[in-house]
Amino acid sequence: MAKKITVIMNTIMTEKSEAAKIEALIDEKYKLQTKDVNVFYGDFQAIKEVSMNIKPNTITAFIGPSGCGKSTFLRLFNRMNDYIEGFRVEGKIKIDDDNIYKKKIQLEQLRKEVGMVFQKPNPFPKSIFENVAYGLKIQGIKDKKLINERVEKALLQADLWNEVKADLNKSALTLSGGQQQRLCIARTLAVEPSIILMDEPTSALDPISTSKIEELIHHLKEIYTIIIVTHNMQQASRISDYTAFFYMGELIEFDKTKKIFTNPEKKRTENYITGRFG
Amino acid sequence: MNSIQKNRLKDQLFKFWGIACTLAGLVLLVIFIGGILVDGLSRIDWAFITDLPSRKAEKSGIWTPLMGSVWVLILTALISFPISVAAGVYLEEYAKKNRLSALLEINISNLAGVPSIIYGLLGLEVFVRIMHLGASVLAGALTLSLLILPIIIVATREAIKAVPNSIREASYALGASKWQTIWNQVLPASSGGILTGVILALSRAIGETAPLIVVGALAYVPFAPKGPLDQFSVLPIQIFNWISRPQQGFIDNAAAAIIILLFITFIMNGIAVYFRNKWQKKLQ
Repeated sequence: MAKKITVIMNTIMTEKSEAAKIEALIDEKYKLQTKDVNVFYGDFQAIKEVSMNIKPNTITAFIGPSGCGKSTFLRLFNRMNDYIEGFRVEGKIKIDDDNIYKKKIQLEQLRKEVGMVFQKPNPFPKSIFENVAYGLKIQGIKDKKLINERVEKALLQADLWNEVKADLNKSALTLSGGQQQRLCIARTLAVEPSIILMDEPTSALDPISTSKIEELIHHLKEIYTIIIVTHNMQQASRISDYTAFFYMGELIEFDKTKKIFTNPEKKRTENYITGRFG
Repeated sequence: MNSIQKNRLKDQLFKFWGIACTLAGLVLLVIFIGGILVDGLSRIDWAFITDLPSRKAEKSGIWTPLMGSVWVLILTALISFPISVAAGVYLEEYAKKNRLSALLEINISNLAGVPSIIYGLLGLEVFVRIMHLGASVLAGALTLSLLILPIIIVATREAIKAVPNSIREASYALGASKWQTIWNQVLPASSGGILTGVILALSRAIGETAPLIVVGALAYVPFAPKGPLDQFSVLPIQIFNWISRPQQGFIDNAAAAIIILLFITFIMNGIAVYFRNKWQKKLQ
């Protein structure tokens, strides 16, 4: 799976003219597919029978009240729930038609394909450069020129280059919260994944940093498939193409964002987005 | 006197009681160190450090026990550091939280409380007799390593626990394996805390006397050890030996050796504090 898609993705990135043709080709397919997914933590069922298909190069927002399972569901796609004691999953979860919960899967390979940005900026207590280069170094890439190129490219993509290019050896912890979060995005981009998961990436940031990151996410859509968990209704309506509303571990409604926010099918969805509960 | 005044009075009384208690320990320590400085400071010169032991107090030096202590210290560090850090990493990062690991944990904490002479007896049986190492530097260092293993393991675990989980998650999410995450992120982030633990444990080891006496460190060794299988003495044993002599000259020698020993431990503790501060800054 990974190789083929990487090739396709690289082509998209380098040759814009070809992009439309190839996009049309893979548009038929879904990037992510889940079918009848149940998740348990011990005896507690966190996700109930969720089926959902996500198209490539779209932004999907997961919304819902705290504890509704949206973060749990997001973390299924890069298997970050595996570290939680008592975690168990049923059903099918496929990326590019490949079951990511099959026995033989290599987690390292999966996570190169599926990057993640967390709620609180979590840069490593190292230099800016080392933060971005880390994902490449652990792959065993030693070519300094290649690493330098990818670091610069990732920082440019994350709209951070101009602010940090003067001193890449500065500790990442000296950056502001918003810069740290963009650094974390750059760190994810440097590995060149095809999917980026974002778990409330702006909830710890001020409005200016938030708008910068939203703009950034909007641009990234051209290359990546993005799923974003958010508590902010405006954010979901501003940036996403599709919105999924979760409640008590169930997927209540999943549709085009426009539809969800103007004319939702279910009463519960309407109540939530109009602020009547949650 | 109304109740507010009564409470104020109690407040003041407790404050002064607290100050008195705090000072009691400190004053005793100052008196002790002062007495030793008066007795020993005039005795310390370069010759005192580099001279071999002698029957005459004024000609005696601490070269052999000092070198014995240095040998033991270095070997103990080399043996205990890799073993206990690896054990700490295993318990914190790999071991599943079940009954077995809980049992291991309790026993490691218990080991930290076992009297040091017991370790001496264990060392005597296992290293000196069964492994035929004799009363050597190596046997002594192995014994002291056993003694400080639980201390470093506990310190390592505390340091690793203090590394925020978000750093591990970030590393895994970028495709790092468990070992890559531990080696590149967890250990560097916890190195200050681990080093602090190691140094404090070693500064305890350098002051230990009982287990080394049992293992067979000698009170009188004519030459400094040249290899790990040589006989040795250490500073605390030399101090004990001198202090039990009737002549005033040897008492002064003991005071001077105590100053050197205290100096070494204070320096080591100072380094430990330095690492701890640096480490805390780095993680914030």
